[in-house]
Amino acid sequence: MSHRSAPDPRPGVRRTVMRTLVVLAGMFAFAFALVPLYDVFCQVTGLNGKTSGSAQTLAHDDVDTSRTVTMQFITRGSQGLPWQLESDIRQMRLHPGQREEVRFTFRNLGDQTTRARAVPSVSPAEASLHLRKLACFCFQEQQLAAGEGFEAPLVFQLTRDLPAEIKTVTLVYTLYPVQQAPLARVPAAPISEGDEA
Amino acid sequence: MATHLPPKPAPQYSEATAGGMAGAHHDRPRGLMRWVLTTNHKEIGTLYLIFSLTMFFIGGIFAMVVRAELFQPGLQLVQPEFFNQMTTMHGLIMVFGAVMPAFVGLANWMVPLQVGAPDMALPRLNNFSFWLLPVAFTLLLATLFMPGGGPDFGWTFYAPLSTTYAPPSTTFFIFSLHLAGISSILGAINIIATILNLRAPGMRMMDMPLFVWTWLITAFLLIAVMPVLAGVITMMLLDINFGTSFFNAAGGGDPVLFQHLFWFFGHPEVYIMILPAFGIVSVIIPTFARKRLFGYASMVYATASIAILSFLVWAHHMFIVGLPLVAELFFMYTTMLIAVPTGVKVFNWIATLFQGSITFEPPMLFALAFVVLFTIGGFSGLMLAIAPADFQYHDTYFVVAHFHYVLVPGAVFAIMAGVYYWLPKWTGHYPHLRLAQWHFWLSVIGVNLTFFPMHFSGLAGMPRRIPDYALQFADFNMVTSLGAFLFGASQLLFVAVVILCIRGGEKAPAQAWEGAEDLEWTVPSPAPLHTFDTPPDFKPDQP
Amino acid sequence: MRTMLVWATGALALAGIPQAALANGWNMPVGVTDVSRDIYSLHMVIFWICVVIGVLVFGAMFYSLFRYRRSQGASAAQFHEHTTVEVIWTAIPLLILIGMALPATATLRTMYDASQADLDVMVTGQQWRWRYEYLGEEVAFTSNLGTPREQIAGGDEKGENYLLEVDEPLVLPVGQKVRLLMTSDDVVHSWWVPDLAVKQDAIPGFVNENWVRINEPGIYRGQCAELCGRDHGFMPVVVEAVEPEQFDQWLAQRKEAATQAAMGIDREWGLDELMTRGEKVYGSICASCHQPDGSGSPPTFPALAGNQAMLDERARHIDTVVNGVSGTAMPAFRSTLNPVEIAAVITWERNAWGNETGDIVQPSEIAEQLSE
Repeated sequence: MSHRSAPDPRPGVRRTVMRTLVVLAGMFAFAFALVPLYDVFCQVTGLNGKTSGSAQTLAHDDVDTSRTVTMQFITRGSQGLPWQLESDIRQMRLHPGQREEVRFTFRNLGDQTTRARAVPSVSPAEASLHLRKLACFCFQEQQLAAGEGFEAPLVFQLTRDLPAEIKTVTLVYTLYPVQQAPLARVPAAPISEGDEA
Repeated sequence: MATHLPPKPAPQYSEATAGGMAGAHHDRPRGLMRWVLTTNHKEIGTLYLIFSLTMFFIGGIFAMVVRAELFQPGLQLVQPEFFNQMTTMHGLIMVFGAVMPAFVGLANWMVPLQVGAPDMALPRLNNFSFWLLPVAFTLLLATLFMPGGGPDFGWTFYAPLSTTYAPPSTTFFIFSLHLAGISSILGAINIIATILNLRAPGMRMMDMPLFVWTWLITAFLLIAVMPVLAGVITMMLLDINFGTSFFNAAGGGDPVLFQHLFWFFGHPEVYIMILPAFGIVSVIIPTFARKRLFGYASMVYATASIAILSFLVWAHHMFIVGLPLVAELFFMYTTMLIAVPTGVKVFNWIATLFQGSITFEPPMLFALAFVVLFTIGGFSGLMLAIAPADFQYHDTYFVVAHFHYVLVPGAVFAIMAGVYYWLPKWTGHYPHLRLAQWHFWLSVIGVNLTFFPMHFSGLAGMPRRIPDYALQFADFNMVTSLGAFLFGASQLLFVAVVILCIRGGEKAPAQAWEGAEDLEWTVPSPAPLHTFDTPPDFKPDQP
Repeated sequence: MRTMLVWATGALALAGIPQAALANGWNMPVGVTDVSRDIYSLHMVIFWICVVIGVLVFGAMFYSLFRYRRSQGASAAQFHEHTTVEVIWTAIPLLILIGMALPATATLRTMYDASQADLDVMVTGQQWRWRYEYLGEEVAFTSNLGTPREQIAGGDEKGENYLLEVDEPLVLPVGQKVRLLMTSDDVVHSWWVPDLAVKQDAIPGFVNENWVRINEPGIYRGQCAELCGRDHGFMPVVVEAVEPEQFDQWLAQRKEAATQAAMGIDREWGLDELMTRGEKVYGSICASCHQPDGSGSPPTFPALAGNQAMLDERARHIDTVVNGVSGTAMPAFRSTLNPVEIAAVITWERNAWGNETGDIVQPSEIAEQLSE
C-alpha cells in the first residue's frame, strides 16, 4: 500500500499506541484507586456520615456548656440475622466536649452461633467529623452462640467545633450478618483490637 | 429531485476501478469470509453500520414493548420483571449497541477519507474490535433466556440491585459489557493513531474537518473512561462471585461509591454519544448553506471544553443521594457552565446559516432538526442542572424526555444525517428523495409526539422505570405510545431508503454535494475499495 | 413551505406551553411547603429564561432558513468568523447563568438546614413498602400499596387514587418541622412526594436526612422514585397532614392500638381466626412476590404452595419469616409485623393452597422467639 511520498507513519503509530495503552492502564488502576481514595475523602469531608473505623482519643477536655445538642441512638437489624441490638438510652441531651457513655446490648435469638457486624452511620453527615469514638463495638465483628448475649459500651465525644447549626445528631447502627471469613477489601483504617471495655 | 442537486463535475477516476460497498474486489476471499477477514476500513465501517442498524431495531422493539405496556394504566401485556428487563435492555442496546457502533462505523468509513489516509492505522485490530461486538451482544441478548431473566436493574445498574439482588445472568451481562468496552477502546486507539499519524501531508490539526476533530476528542474520552467502566463492572463481578464488599454496606462497602464511579464513566459517556454528532452537523450545515463553517476554531475549543467539563459534573446525576451542600453547589455550577460551550456551538451553526445559500436535501433536514431538537434537550438539561429544581425532576419522565431529546433527535438524527450525506459516496447513488423526505417528516413528528408529552408527565409526578402508573398520567402516556409506534414504524422507511440506494438510484458524481469541501469528495462515488494509496495533495484554505 | 410549517409548529408549541402550564396536571405542583414554593418559582424562572432564549435562537435560525434560501436566489456570504460576536455570545450566557445560580444557591441552603425539628421520623425503604418510625414515640408501622391486585390486572375498575393509595399513610402535623431520616433495608429506594418537594434516596446501611414543614392539612401522594426491583412501580407514599392536636390524638390512638395488639399475644388462637388474619397479611405483604396463589416466580421468589421443604421444616419456616434470608429479597418481618400477624401469616401459608398441614403457629410462640 505504499508508494506514499510521506514519511513512514509506522513509528508514529507505534508511539501513539504505546501512549494510549499507558493511559488505559493508568485509568483502570485509577478506578480501583478511587475506592480507598473515596474512603479517605469521606473521612476528611464527612461525606456519607461514615465514622472512624478505630478508636480515637478525646480531642480536648473542656466542655462547651453554652449549648446543648440532642443525640439519638437507633439500632436496626437486617435480614438473615436473628440478633437483637438495643441501647440503654435512645436519646440524650449533652454539651459538646462532654465524654459520654451509652451501653448497647447484643442478643442472639437464633439457635446457631452466628457472627455480625454493626455498621454505623451518622446524620447529618457533617456531624461525623465531630464525633469521636473512644470505644465502640463497631470496630470489629461480634460472635454470639445461640441464646447468648453481651453488653458493650460506646464511649464518645462530640467535639466543641461541632457546627452551631447542628442541633440533633443521629447515630444509627445496622447489624449485618458476616457470612464467612471476611474476604472483604482492606478497610481504609486498620481494625484495632481491644477497644471493648 | 433534480432541482436540489449540484451540477455534476466529471468523474476524476474511471468507473472501472469503482468498488466500495457496491462491488467486489479482485483476488480476495469471497462471500462470507471476505467480510469476516476484511481489514479494509470501508468494509469494516459498513459492518459496523449494519450491526448498529440491527441493534437499533432490536433495542427499538424493546422500546415498543415498553410503550405498548404503558399505552394504558394497568398491567396488560407483560409482568413487571419482564418490563424491567425491557427498559434495561433497551438502554444498554441503544447506548452500547446502536449509537456508539454507528459513530465508530462512520469514523471507520470517513476519517481515513477525510484526512487523506489509505486506511486506518491498525487494520487488523480494526477487524478484531468489530467482531467483538456481535459476540458481546449475542451474549447480552442470550441473558434474556437464562433462568431469572436478563439484566433488570436499569442501564445504570445501580448496586446493590445489580449485585446482591441481581438475577443469576448478571455475570454474563458483565462479561458482555467488558467485551463491548474492549471493542470501544480498541476502536478509539485506532482512530487516535489514524488521526495523529496518517493525515495527508500539509494537513495541520486545525485544517481537519470537524467530524475528525470531534472524533479525536471523543476517542480520548473513550480512552479515559472505558477503563473506569471496566473497573466498576469488575468490582461488581468480585462482589457477586468472590465475596468482596465494594458496594455492599454489610461488608463495609458503600452503594453510593458505585454511583460515583458509574457516573464518573457515565457522564463523559453521554458526551461520547453527542460529540461526533456535533462533528457531523458541523460538516453538513456548511455544505448546504454553501458557506464556510462560522467560528471553526471556537468549535474546536468548545468541543474540547465540553470534554474537559464532562469529568467535573458527574454528581449532578446524584443530587438526591445526600451529597453535602458544598458538593451540590460545585456540581450545580460546573453543570451550568457546560451550557456556555454548547451555546457557542448552536450560535455558530446559526451564524453559518446566516447569509448562506441554503437548500434542504435530506442530510440538511436532519441536521437542522438536530439543531432545534437538541437545543430543546439542552434547555431541559439546563433546568435539570439547577439542583433544588432537580429534587423534583430527578428520576421522573422529565429526565427521560431530556435525555431522549439529546439522544434521539440529537445523536440518532445526526447519524441519519451523516448516512444520507455520505450514502452517495458509499454507494454511488443518491438516496431516494421522496422516501427520505417522508422518513424525515414522519420521524420528526414521531419523535416529538413521543418525547414532548414526557416533559408534562414527568413534571406532573410520574417516576421513570415503572410498568404501571396512576390515572392522571394516562393521556400523556397514550400520546407518547402512539408517537413511539409512529417513530418506530417510520424507521422501516429508513431501511428501505438505504437498501434502494445500495441497489440503484440516481448516479452520484465524486463531488456529490455542491457545497461539500472535504477530501472525501475528491475520490469517485462509490469510493473504490482502496483510496489515497498515494496521499492527496492537501491545500488548506487558509495560509 | 416546509420551513413555514416548522416555524408554525414551533410557535404553536411555544405558545401552547404557558397555557398548558396553568392547567393542573401539566406542570410541577406548587406544593404545600415553603421549599416547594421556592422550587416551583425557581422552576418557572428557568423555564421562562429558556423560552426567551429559545424564541431568540430559533427565531434567528428560522429567519436565516427562510431568508437565505437558494431557491430565492440567495448567494452565500464569505465571512466565517467574528471575534467580537463570539466573545459576546460566550459572555452573555455566562451572565444569565450567574443570574440563575444565585436564587438556586439560596434555596439549596434553606433545604439543607434540617436543624431544630419538632418531630423526627425514620423512613425505611423495603422491597416494596415503606416503614415509618416516630422516633421517641414508640410508634412504628409499615405502609403497603392499598390498590387491590384485581385493579392492576384489569379485572376491576381502577379507583381514583389507583397506585397512589396505601393501607396506612404517614401522618404528620402541619406547621411543625419534621426531620425525615431515610435508610433502606435492601436496595436503594427514593422517597418522593411532589407536593412536599422532598425526594431523597434511601440507601442501605446509610442514613440521609431531609425535612418538611407542611403548611396545609391534606393528603399528599407520591411514589418511590428509584428503580428498586420488580414492584418499584407499586410502592407509593401517602402523607396525611393534620392539625397538631389531631396528630397528638392519632399518636395516642396508635400507642393504644399497639398495646391492644400486644394483649392478643398471650391467648390461645384458633385455626380459623388465624387463617382469616393471615390471608389479609399475606395479601398485603407477601402476595406481591410469592403471588396470591402461592406459586411464586422462581428462582427469585420460591413457590410456597406445595413447597415440601417449607412444610417439613416448621422451625425454619418461622425463622425465614421472622429473620429474613440474607442476600435475597426476603426481608426480616421481626420488626415490621407484630407476633399475631407473623403467627397468622405462617399459619395461612402452612394451610392454604392445598398445603393443609393443619399446623397452627401461636402468636405466643413467635413472641417468645422474639424476646428470649
